[in-house]
Parts: sequence; C-alpha cells; structure tokens
Amino acid sequence: MVCPTGTQAMAAKTISEKILSAKSGVDARAGRVVVCRVDCAMGTDGSAPMAIDYFQAMGGQSVRDAARIVFALDHYAPAPNRAIALLHQRLREFAGRFGIELWDVGEGIGHQLMVESGRALPGGLVVGADSHAVTYGALNAFSTGIGSSDLAAILICGRLWLRVPESIRVNLSGQLPRGVYAKDAALALAAALGADGAAYQALEFGGPGVGALDMDDRLVLSNFAVEMGAKNGIFPADEQTSEYLAGRTRQGFEAVAADADARYAREVALNLDTLSPQVALPHQVDRVEPIGQAAGTPVQMVYLGTCTGGRVKDFHEARDVLKAGGGVARGVKLVVTPASRAVLETLAQDGTLADFVAMGAVVVTPGCGSCCGTCGAIPGDGVNVISTANRNFKGRMGNSGALIYLASPASCAAAAVRGAITDPREIDA
Amino acid sequence: MTGRARVFGDDINTDYIITSRRKRESLDPAVLRAYLFEEVDPRFAATVEAGDVIVAGKNFGCGSAMEVAVTAVLGAGIRAILARGFSRTYYRNAVNNGLLPVECDTGGIREGDRLLIADAEVRNLTTGVTLNTAPLPEIMQQIIAAGGLVPYFRRHGDF
Ligand code: SF4
Repeated sequence: MVCPTGTQAMAAKTISEKILSAKSGVDARAGRVVVCRVDCAMGTDGSAPMAIDYFQAMGGQSVRDAARIVFALDHYAPAPNRAIALLHQRLREFAGRFGIELWDVGEGIGHQLMVESGRALPGGLVVGADSHAVTYGALNAFSTGIGSSDLAAILICGRLWLRVPESIRVNLSGQLPRGVYAKDAALALAAALGADGAAYQALEFGGPGVGALDMDDRLVLSNFAVEMGAKNGIFPADEQTSEYLAGRTRQGFEAVAADADARYAREVALNLDTLSPQVALPHQVDRVEPIGQAAGTPVQMVYLGTCTGGRVKDFHEARDVLKAGGGVARGVKLVVTPASRAVLETLAQDGTLADFVAMGAVVVTPGCGSCCGTCGAIPGDGVNVISTANRNFKGRMGNSGALIYLASPASCAAAAVRGAITDPREIDA
Repeated sequence: MTGRARVFGDDINTDYIITSRRKRESLDPAVLRAYLFEEVDPRFAATVEAGDVIVAGKNFGCGSAMEVAVTAVLGAGIRAILARGFSRTYYRNAVNNGLLPVECDTGGIREGDRLLIADAEVRNLTTGVTLNTAPLPEIMQQIIAAGGLVPYFRRHGDF
C-alpha cells in the first residue's frame, strides 16, 4: 500500500527519535516519554557510590547485564583523603562482586575512556551518571547524563525512562581558520544559544562543515551541548567515525542518519569560516566575548585538561603556542592534566610531556583533576584562571574566590606565555 | 500542598545548591542541609523550614548532574520546586527522588508568599494570583506518587 504523503511526513525522524524508537520498541516522537534499553551506562566515583546506595535501597540483588556497565574512578583521583579512599574501595568491591569493569585511579576521565575504549558506538544509547556523558554524541550515539538513581535502576533492570527530545539542527559550514579551534566554535554556540537555550532539547549537528571537523573537534562540541542545557549533542557518522572506531571495538554497529524531512524545533547556522578565538568570562559559560575584548586581563593559573580540552591534540596546540612564545611567563602556574592514561602515554612518547615539564608545568594524574575542585591544584583567592574546561561557575575549581575564564588550548597557552589573556594568533603567527 | 516561598534567581546551578567541596565531606542529606545554597544565600540554611517551597527563575539546577543537589534539598524538608525552567538532569533527579518539579511563570512570586500547589495550578495565597502548570507525563506522576524510584522499584522491580 502506498502511504499518503502526510503519513510519510509523519514518519520522518531526527537521529534522536530514530535511536530512541529502536531502543524503546515504540514510535518515539519528540515529547513522548519512553522506556529504553540501555547499551552502556557509566558511573563515576562522584555518582556510582550513591547509585549503590539506591541499588540497595531498591532491594537490588543482582546486576541485570554487567557487561553493559562500567565505573570510572576519575573525579577524586588519586583519593585526597580517607573518606574517598574508602569510597573507592567500596566501588571496587561492588564492581568485583558483580563483574563490572572498573577504570581505576589514573586511567583517566570516564567520558574519555568511554570513547577511547569503543564503548560508545553509532546508533547506541550510551549514558553516564555525569552531565558530560553528552560527549559520546560525537560518535553518533544518543548519549546523555543521568542521575545515580537512574544508574541504580539500570543496574537492576537495564532500562531507563527518557523524554524524547525535540531537536535543534545545527548546520555547520566552512572550516576553522588558523588559530581558531573547536572550543571557540563551542563557546560561540553557547553564546548564541545561551546556557539554557537548548533545555530539554537535542542538538543535532549536520551540514557540510561536519566533514571539516575531526573526531576530537566533534567531541568538544558534543561535550559542550550540556552547557546549553541540551539533552544530547549528536553528530552523524561518516568515514572519520569508522576510522576512529577501527581497532577500538569488534562489535558491529549501524550509523543512524536523520530523515531529510525530519522536524526540528529550529535551525541554527554555524559558519566555521567566520569564527575567531573566544573566551567565556567568569562565572557564566555563556558570557562569551571575542578574546580581544578581555585581552590584557592578568592570569595567574593556566589549566590544560578535562573532558573538553585534555586530549592529545589539545596539548599539541598548547605546546606549539608555548614554544613559539618562549615558554611560561613568570608568576603563572601551568597545570597539565591529561584526560586519560593513553593521552599521557602519547604525550610521553612524542616529547610533549618533556616540553611541558621543561617549561615548569605541574603534571597531574589523568582524571578530572582541578576541573571541579575535588582534587588537583586549587586556585587561591582573587586568582584569575584560564582553563580548557567547560564550566566556570563560582567555586567550580574549589575556591569561590577564584575567577575562571574558559578558552581553547591555544588561547590558554597564549595567556601562559604573556601572563595575561591574549589572542593566540598574535603568538603563533 | 502549601508552603512558604523561598525565592532565588536564574541559573542556580547544582554547585550553588550544594558545593562539591561539601559533598566531599559527606553525602548525608541531614548533614548537607546545613550548607544548602551557601554560595548564593549564606543565611538560607539557618532559616529554612520543612514545607518551604523553592521558587526560581530559568534553568534551575544547571551544571553537574549530582543527585545530592536534590537529596540535600529534600533533607531540608522541601517537597516542591517551582521554576520558570529546570535543567533536565535536575528535573529527572527530582522526579526520581519524589521531589515535585513544577514549571510555571514564577516572576510574580515574592519571598515569603504562601503557595498552594495543586494538580495543574499554583495558587499564590498571599497575592491571590493563580498560575497554570502543565500536567506531568504519566510515568513521572507514578514515580513521584510512589515517593521516588526507590519505593517504585521496591514495588515493581522494573519500569
Ligand atoms: S573533567 Fe570536569 S567536566 Fe569533565 S567529567 Fe571531570 S569534572 Fe566533569
């Protein structure tokens, strides 16, 4: 039977609607609440201990599908005190008892490991009990942050309730100019949409600009989706996706594309050609200005790391600017925290780590480090920090007396060179 | 339910509700209630009473998805939050713990107003103004009615 065109139009779906339909077994349209089977769920040392409390309170006896669960000890790594050490022990014991994979202290940030290990795959529903689980959208997975109670429910039954989001289509075009990076695109988008501009909605990236972004770039944009309130930030899959996953997984997967006539809440154009270096001013991630506006602001601490800006490419970009500029200015503390052990190993092998050490950088255990003020280097009162992270709330890095600026790795490095916020194009030119 | 309005502004993130620093010391809501909102209103914890209703602007609970930002609020005896909008993780954590999130136009509510929260409306007993709210989807209603996912799962063991 031939469908009338009206029915066909109804059938068109966004990437998110398609994945959630497949995972729930029902016609998952924006606005509907569906119960979905989860392909993989990650808990951190910040969220999994509470999930175990919920699991026990719910009367949990066994884990439904341990192969689909993973724990990461990343937020408090290494344990800064006895209470955290005990909490880590508890997670190791629980994971051991039920056969759950656990990424221990020093392995890195859970989100980075989800991606590196091939656990986040195209077309999958991959969640994490941490808001930056949106990161895996770069790999064409529907990925979003959940709570500890959600994780406990997944431990017990393998499923999750989700409201199917409307999608905002972000049409990417052009390519990033010299001295401008994915982080600048993410900040520009946050400024355009606002910190709640995509609340309850999905960001679906598309358009000819996608191909000009490599996987590391896409991870930055997906990671930032939550800073606009989005439920997820999903990319289509292409050759770069397959290349990235080659050797990381043996599992089959099927890329999911949006239908041509899928319905979007709205469309936003992001022309990469026209972007310039950006900076988010304290204490809001959407208080974004072209970096020139803040140029000259003195900086005492520079932080390179996190699930936004702690990958190999980020450190290479920062190192290049630092070398071109003659190293770190007097009075600036440079802190380097690789996102994972694999990142650290690469930096050690290719000489980048030695460069940082020679420039006086403090190198911290792979993990969240200073990002959320739970371990690592805490800034002092009145200290201006410029960071490759995704959040600059007051108190975020463990001291509400510090002021946090967010920028690309190159811009952070430029600030380290001059001891003040600087357009990185002035240095690497 | 009725309660007294405790008013906050826009973009109250979970670190403002309870800081990561305090969370490192304890996860016990009975302990954490002493530090509720300390970054934005240092006098709040000393003056909060059971039954108070949090009233906020847009994007309440943005930032980290930490669930303790919900349980610490519940620990102070708060049962409902009205906001112009919530971050989605805070919203779902609230539902999963039996804390009622209500989206409505909170602009006219002042500190100390008496509020009556009913099915599809919020009545400001102090000003006489009634605000309409959207009804919750069924599964959320069931989870909140059960008192959160814990009692819900104890009963059903699944969704
Ligand atoms: S690096 Fe920062 S933003 Fe990323 S998961 Fe860790 S604490 Fe969260």
